[in-house]
Amino acid sequence: MAISQMIGARIHRREDPHLITGGGRYVEDLVRPGTLAMAVVRSPHAHARIKRIDATAAQAIPGVVAVLTAADFKPLLTGTHPVAPAFVAQKQTVPQRFPIADEEAVFQGEPVAVVIADNRKLATDGAQAVDVEYEPLPAVMDLFKALEPDSPRAHLGQVDNLAWDLTYAPEDTVKDAFVQAEVVVKERILQQRLAPVPIEPRGVVAEFNSFEDQLTITMATQNPHFIRLFVSGALGMPETKVRVISHDVGGGFGSKISPYPEDYLVAATAKLLKRPVRWIETRTESIQTTTHGRGQVFDVELAARRDGSLLALKVTQYLDAGAYVGTFGAFQPVACLLSGGAYKWPGGIAARTIGVLTNRVPTDPYRGAGRPEATHLVERMIDKLAQEIGMDPAAVRQKNFIRPEEFPFTNNFGLVYDSGNYNGSLERALELAGYADFRQRQERARKEGRYLGIGLSTWIEICGFGPSAATAPATGGMALVESAQVRVHPTGSAQVIVGTHAHGQGHDTTFAQIAADTLGLPYESIEIRHGDTAEGAAFGYGTYGSRSLAVGGMAVRTAGKQIVAKAHKIAANMLEAAADDVVFDQGRFHVKGNPGNAKSMGEVAFAAYGAGLPEGTDHGLEATSYFDPPNFVWPFGAHICEVEVDPATGEVQLQKYVAVDDCGNVINPLVVEGQLHGGIAQGIAQALFEEVAYDPDTGQLMSGSLAEYLVPTANEIPTPVLDRTVTPTPSNELGVKGIGEAGTIAASAAVINAIVDALQPLGISHVDMPASPDRLWKQIREAQEGVRA
Amino acid sequence: MADRVPVGVNVNGTNYARDVEPRDLLVYFLREDLGLTGTHVGCDTSQCGACTVLIDGRPVKSCTMFAVQANGRQITTVEGLATNGELTPLQEAFWNEHGLQCGFCTPGFLMTATALLQSNPSPTEEQIRKGLEGNLCRCTGYANIVRAVQSASKAMSAGAGVATPEPVLGRA
Repeated sequence: MAISQMIGARIHRREDPHLITGGGRYVEDLVRPGTLAMAVVRSPHAHARIKRIDATAAQAIPGVVAVLTAADFKPLLTGTHPVAPAFVAQKQTVPQRFPIADEEAVFQGEPVAVVIADNRKLATDGAQAVDVEYEPLPAVMDLFKALEPDSPRAHLGQVDNLAWDLTYAPEDTVKDAFVQAEVVVKERILQQRLAPVPIEPRGVVAEFNSFEDQLTITMATQNPHFIRLFVSGALGMPETKVRVISHDVGGGFGSKISPYPEDYLVAATAKLLKRPVRWIETRTESIQTTTHGRGQVFDVELAARRDGSLLALKVTQYLDAGAYVGTFGAFQPVACLLSGGAYKWPGGIAARTIGVLTNRVPTDPYRGAGRPEATHLVERMIDKLAQEIGMDPAAVRQKNFIRPEEFPFTNNFGLVYDSGNYNGSLERALELAGYADFRQRQERARKEGRYLGIGLSTWIEICGFGPSAATAPATGGMALVESAQVRVHPTGSAQVIVGTHAHGQGHDTTFAQIAADTLGLPYESIEIRHGDTAEGAAFGYGTYGSRSLAVGGMAVRTAGKQIVAKAHKIAANMLEAAADDVVFDQGRFHVKGNPGNAKSMGEVAFAAYGAGLPEGTDHGLEATSYFDPPNFVWPFGAHICEVEVDPATGEVQLQKYVAVDDCGNVINPLVVEGQLHGGIAQGIAQALFEEVAYDPDTGQLMSGSLAEYLVPTANEIPTPVLDRTVTPTPSNELGVKGIGEAGTIAASAAVINAIVDALQPLGISHVDMPASPDRLWKQIREAQEGVRA
Repeated sequence: MADRVPVGVNVNGTNYARDVEPRDLLVYFLREDLGLTGTHVGCDTSQCGACTVLIDGRPVKSCTMFAVQANGRQITTVEGLATNGELTPLQEAFWNEHGLQCGFCTPGFLMTATALLQSNPSPTEEQIRKGLEGNLCRCTGYANIVRAVQSASKAMSAGAGVATPEPVLGRA
């Protein structure tokens, strides 16, 4: 059948009209009569023993309904916080987590008590009146000190602070290559902690209907079905009695994937009090207690020849897990498996990941999760090598790229890259960036005492999670396939209920494009629904990891094709023709060679609910499909950043940003470009501005508001020059990859490489993130003094 | 609890009289007392700008002001931009230019940019970026927000809001 015009069309989003007129339905907008507000009393200490909780003063405030502590929740909640057991065998210490601290608080912001009151203000008043006596304990903050035998423990009584220690490939793997190497470059690369900062903080509303024993949870989440799975389990309720609804979600970036303590606490309290209960996170709470991203240190060594041929890589990842291992925290060592990037390493890659427990909030996936770290380390090391051997960084890359004819390509860890044309995107980016002229401009500028630099990042990623065979073992049994249910109504309108859940990605539009073309129905007749566990297929896997299109979009496609197959039989019967003699084209079934004698999909839909169906055909026109992809998908691209660094102030000016990306076939270019714009901004933000800072001794959060945690504004982020190449994946029928994280994965390396390139005359060969003016100014001053001396 | 005090405001052309606590912030008054939930709360330190409304035509972060301070003032919220279902050129431009993704910061940007275009109908790109620096967006990287303001500026100068955008697929 012909793929018609909707797939690939630059159409405007159908999500927008209600969002630009104030009609959004975010969780805080939900109003239920009689709703109680919850406020959370949180530990002000990074690590402390809880000696006593006195709620007398709080309970005396009129309007305060209850003050609840761990003792109250223990009979209501069973089990502990889920952790995807990606490294079960290697796990040393995975502390059990109950949603609220009992005798010991292990990070600043951990819940200690909750106050339930008639409204938000009274709940806050009550929380301030709860008197908690703490005995402060030593805080474990430094990753390397934490691993020393005499270090205090992040939890009392813990054997050590080692969450995991896993060697993917031992150093022996690369021993020969390092012996043969003509040049070895080394670096310690920091990945600072980042706060995801969706502009809508988290929020949960729970209502318990005791007549039906039914709990309804409305919340801001990226995956309602997983929340239902976890919360129903903790409450000891069957999934049929728990419904999770999520309407509009104001951004997530990974931070709304995992279940949080408040999800359980609000649900349990609503069930206990038989009243609707609501908790809305403040921004301070968000930076303090919503999971952070990154928080890693990499020790890297690269072996090569003087002609720029890469040989081998050694990577050790130290990952700050925080006080508990995040639900999907163990995904982030994927950075090791992708550390080879877009290049061939004939001498192998040695890789080891070490997870460390500290007294900070847990880390978990944040936009890119493991892939920005991989890209940053390998792209930094390629540039260091280029600098060391005096070779053009573009040429080093081109010399070592996996070539188009080498796909499918099995990397050093057995992962199979589906398709790529890495030099194709680089060539185009070099052209758009004016790379050929840049070195002359740079030379002239240097003579004037100005520091211009250019940085390349030729990124790849793994996304589209994922094949059940690969993902189920890593998540404790739940695969990451995806579901879609298509229901064509008698008059030809269709509902498509998907298991993914958009939080800004535009699925209502792009999935309708896929469904319209697949079903042969007008785009306007298709309604996309998501975010309610009471609708559609029994399970949905959610939106994260750039998976929604390549897995969820394919589920829409496969469910749609089941509809077409059934409609085909009914149409043949209506046309009094053999099914083999009927073709489906542009939404119409007709007898071969006689397009005039046709039945539209709408007519067939009506017939499907009437009389006279072919023998053996059930009534109705609906289908449910779960799509299990055969492989991950592997987008790629080339980003180039041009900067000027002011040596007097350390300020970095972004002069130009070029991105040529390849996500296979594109469903809607408008949406793809939007994802890149935002992703690049987040990568630039990591490179230049953002860092969750804690006091290294006390564990006090020092960047607890948006006044200290510097999310860039429109002043700091230039509009990037975008282009793309198209290399479809062979792994799915639509030929699509993913684009949600691409910009973030690529950008930090391009920016930092540009800064290092600018500062080369000072002998600077590495700069850590964020390259803030103060940090850069100090580094420049030290280098200048070194140069003079 | 503290005594409640009367507040009278005009919001989007309608007069409201309510009794509020002196400590009630304007943003919560709009959201919780008047049910106008298009104005959002994204932070607690007046950095994000999601709560921006117009007070007597000037953009104000409504979390920086007590409801009682708004007594007697004219307030415009995002719900008051479109009239009879007809979008303003700026709202049209946000739609056309893909100036929003999750949409949570969008009401604040619309209000700030509405005021910006009223005071400077033809701003340069730099003036737009400077003018929007009090609002944070985490999804768009600002590129299409800046474009939307530029495009609204053009549409408004071309015909004071009568410019009809190109027909767009996907609009019912």
